[in-house]
Amino acid sequence: MNNYSDKALITNVSRRNLLKGMLGTGGLVLAAQFIPARMAMAAYKTGAGGMPGGVVWDPHVFVSIAPDGTVSIVTHRSEMGTGSRTSLPMAVADEMEADWSRVKIIQAPGDEQKYGNQDTDGSRSIRHFIQPMRECGAAARQMLEHAAALTWGVSDTECRAENHKVIHVPTGKSLGYGELAQKAAALPTPKADSVQLKDPSKFRYIGKGQVQITDLFDITTGKATYAQDIHVDGMKYAVIARPPVVLGKAASFDEAAAMKVPGVIKVVKIDPTPMPAKFAPLGGVAVIANSTWAAMKGRDALNVKWDDGPNKSYDSVSYKELMAATAHKPGKIERNEGDFDKAIAGAAKVIERDYYIPHGVHVPMEPPAATVRIKDGKAEVWACVQSPGGTRGDVAKQLGMKEDDVTVHVTLLGGGFGRKSKCDFALEAAILSKAMGGTPVKVVWTREDDIQHSFYHSVSYQSITAGLDKNNKVIAWRQRSVSPSLMSNFMPDPKRESALELGLGLIDTPFDVPNLRLETGEAVAHTRIGWFRSVNNIPHAFAMQSMVAELAHELGKDPKDFLLELIGPPRIVDPRKTVTSELWNYGDPWDTYPVDTARTRRVVEIAAKEAGWGRQLPKGHGMGIAVQRSFLTYVASVVEVAVDDKGNVSVPRVDTAIDCGFAVNPERIRSQIEGAAVMGLTLAKLTQITFKDGRVQQSNFHDYQVLRLGQGAMDVRTHIVPATIDVPSSGVGEPGVPPFAPAFMNAIFAATGKRIRNLPLGDQLSA
Amino acid sequence: MKLKVNQQDRSFEGDPQMPLMWYLRDELALTGTKFGCGVGLCGACTVHLDGKAVRSCVTTMKDVDGHSVTTIEGLSADGNHPVQKAWRAANVPQCGYCQCGQIMNASALLSEKKNPSDDDIRAAMAGNICRCGCYQRIFSAIKSAAKEA
Repeated sequence: MNNYSDKALITNVSRRNLLKGMLGTGGLVLAAQFIPARMAMAAYKTGAGGMPGGVVWDPHVFVSIAPDGTVSIVTHRSEMGTGSRTSLPMAVADEMEADWSRVKIIQAPGDEQKYGNQDTDGSRSIRHFIQPMRECGAAARQMLEHAAALTWGVSDTECRAENHKVIHVPTGKSLGYGELAQKAAALPTPKADSVQLKDPSKFRYIGKGQVQITDLFDITTGKATYAQDIHVDGMKYAVIARPPVVLGKAASFDEAAAMKVPGVIKVVKIDPTPMPAKFAPLGGVAVIANSTWAAMKGRDALNVKWDDGPNKSYDSVSYKELMAATAHKPGKIERNEGDFDKAIAGAAKVIERDYYIPHGVHVPMEPPAATVRIKDGKAEVWACVQSPGGTRGDVAKQLGMKEDDVTVHVTLLGGGFGRKSKCDFALEAAILSKAMGGTPVKVVWTREDDIQHSFYHSVSYQSITAGLDKNNKVIAWRQRSVSPSLMSNFMPDPKRESALELGLGLIDTPFDVPNLRLETGEAVAHTRIGWFRSVNNIPHAFAMQSMVAELAHELGKDPKDFLLELIGPPRIVDPRKTVTSELWNYGDPWDTYPVDTARTRRVVEIAAKEAGWGRQLPKGHGMGIAVQRSFLTYVASVVEVAVDDKGNVSVPRVDTAIDCGFAVNPERIRSQIEGAAVMGLTLAKLTQITFKDGRVQQSNFHDYQVLRLGQGAMDVRTHIVPATIDVPSSGVGEPGVPPFAPAFMNAIFAATGKRIRNLPLGDQLSA
Repeated sequence: MKLKVNQQDRSFEGDPQMPLMWYLRDELALTGTKFGCGVGLCGACTVHLDGKAVRSCVTTMKDVDGHSVTTIEGLSADGNHPVQKAWRAANVPQCGYCQCGQIMNASALLSEKKNPSDDDIRAAMAGNICRCGCYQRIFSAIKSAAKEA
C-alpha cells in the first residue's frame, strides 16, 4: 500500500462542500494520456477509453466522505429509467465496503474531462463503467485502510475495511469512515496496478438485485425533479412553433396577436440551421411568457405561414414504394461469403420475402424540456439530456462561450429511449435566454411538439432471398436493407446505412449459410432520423427472424429447431474477414465481445424451455420465437399470443432469456426486459409515424397509440443466464426490444396461419 | 375563484380557462403533477377533485372553483399511503415520470372499491400510460395495496 501515483492531487473534503452538493475542492482530473494504463489493469478490455472523455475511476473525483460518515458517490451517467444512477454507485459502495444506507448519490454536471464519458446511450453505462466504478470503490477502500494504518501506526496488512469502518485485525479496534475521511482524502490515489478488487464471493450489493433505486421514495411522493419541473427564480416560459416540414421556414406570423395574449412577454424568431444540422434547432417562432399556459396561447395566436422547402413532398406511401423498388435492385455489398449468385442459380427452391418497418417516435412520458440562465458571461443549463457532456459543448458553441463557462445540471429524465440524446431543446433554451438578456427561460415541449418535431426511428424496407438445395438445406441468403441513415444529421446524407447502423444486427448475422450476402440500398432522408431504443436492430431482426420462421414453415420444420439449425454449431463468427466495408461492434473490441453462437443458441434453448415450447395451447393461441444479439447481449423471446374470432390479439405470456454477461443488478435487468416487451408490443402492434406533404400526420396519444395496462405483455418472465464476473457485462437497456416484434408475428402465424410482414399489425388481421 | 389544494385555502384571479395542471405546476410549484399530453390521454397529471381522480390538464380553474384538490404531495403526510408503499415494495418505477399520476389514479380506485377485480383495475388504469412499460408491476402493486388496506 505504499504504491501511490505521484500524479495524484490532494482533496480536502469538508461538510460545507457536501452541503453544497458538490465534491470536495481540488478534485483530481486525470488526463487522457493515462487511459491506456488505467485500462490495462481491467480484467477485460472495453471500448470505453475510446469514447469522448474516456474513463476516470479516481475516488477523488467520485467519492467524498463527511465527518458523520455519510459517503457521497458521484454518478456521471444520466438516469432515464434503466437504474444506472443506482447501479454504478452501488458498485463503488460495494467495493469500498460502504453501508448503502449511509450513501448519498450526487448527479454529476456535464464535464467529460473530469468524469469520463457521460453519453448515456448505446446501452453502455454498465458495460463501460462497471470495471472503473469497482476500481474506484476498491481504491477508496485501500485509501481508508491506509489512513487507519497511519493513524494507528501499524501495517496496512493488519487493517481491513468492513461495512463502513476499518478494523485493526489483531486488536479488533476500529475507526469509522467519518473519522478517517479527512486523512484518507488527503492521500494520493493508489496506482492502478495496486488496486485490489474484492473477491466476488464477498459482494454485498453487486449481482444481488436487493438495492432499490435511489429515487424510489421521491418518485412515489412527487419530489423527484425532472426537467419539466425545474423552477429557477425569475424564470420565464417558452413554447416554440417549429417548421412542420424539416428545412421549412416561417414566411410570416402575427407577432402582434401573440403579444396581445395576457402574460406574453416576447416573440422571438429562431433562425433555421442548414443540414447537416447535428442537434441544432431547425428554427421557428418562440413565444415567451409569464406562464406555460400564456406561452401556449400566444403560440396559438401566431398564425405562422410556412415556406415548406425541399422536403415538402415527403410521403410515406410513395416512399415505401420507392424503397421496395430499391430493395429489388442490386445494392452495395457490405458482407460477402461464398458466391450467392452462383448458389441461388443452382438452388432447388428460392424464397423471397419483403418486410417493412415504418418510422416511429419515442414519446418519453416527459416531453423534452430545458431551462437556461445566462449571467456574468456564464450559462447554466437544467435539462433532461442523455448527453450532458455533448450538451455542454453544443451550448457553449451556440452561445460563443468556453465550455468552462457552461454548467449543465442533469435532471432525472422522464424516459429517454434515444430522444434525449439530442440536445436541440437545450440549445433552444440557450438561444431564448440570450434573446432575453440572460433571463432564465424554460422551453417546454408539448406532446404535439414531441411527436411532430422529433428525430425519428428510421423507416426501413428489408428484402431477403433464400435458396434451398434439394435436401432442404439453406445454401444461400441475401438480405438487402434499405433505410435512410441517421448519419444524415452529421454529414452530407450518406443515403444508405452507415457502419454504425449495419453493426446493429445486420453485419453480425450469425447464420451458418455458405453463401451469404448482406447489401444496402440507397435511401435519402427527408426528415431527421435518430436513435430509438435498439435502433436498426429492430428492422434487421424483424426481417431476419420472421424469415427464419417462414422458411421453417415452408420446410415443415419446427421454428425453434430450424432457428438453431440456421445458427449452426457453437462457434465464434468473425465478420471481420468477410465485410467489404467498415465494421462496427458497438464500439467495443471483438476479442472481448465476439459473436459467439454458443450463447445465441443457449438463449434460444432457455427461452424455449422456460416457455414450455411445444406445449398444448388453447384454441386461438400460438407461440413464436426470435433471437437477436444486440449491444453485445444475446436475447431470445418466446411470445404467446391469443387471437379471437374478430382478429383481436392479446399477449398472455412472454418468456425472455437474456445473456448480458455478468448481471450487475438482476432486478433492474428484469424491469428492463419487462419494459422492452411492452415497447416491442407497442411498435409491433400499434405505432407508426407517417408523413404526408412533408408533415408528420400524428400528433398525440389518440393517433399515436401506445400500449396501455391490460393490453398485453402483463406476464413477462425474464430468465437471466447466470455468468461469473469474468464474463464481460454487456448492454441491457436496449437488447430486449429487437426480438419481440418477430417473435410476436411468428406467434400470430402459428395461431392464425397469417403472415404479417408490415409493421405495425394494426387491423391487418380483422381487415 | 376559491379552492382548496392539499387542505390549504387558495384563491386564483387569472384566466378561468387555464388548466388546473398549470396552476399547480407553475404557480404552486407542486410539480408532482406531471405534464404528459395536455389533452387527458395519458394520466400523468392525475389529481383528486373532491376525492375522485381527474386529469388536471383538461380540468379548468373554473371547474375547480369551490372544490377541493389533492395532489400527490398531499396524498399522505409522510409519503406512506398504502399505494405508495405497495409501489415501493414492488419496485414499480423505471424513469418514474408517470408514477405520481398512476398512484393518484390507483388510490382513487381503492378508495372507491376496497377489493377491485382484475377487470376493475384494468378499466381504471387504462387511462394512465407508462412508456417504460411498468404495467405488470403496477397491476401487482395495486393488488397488494388492496390486500393491505
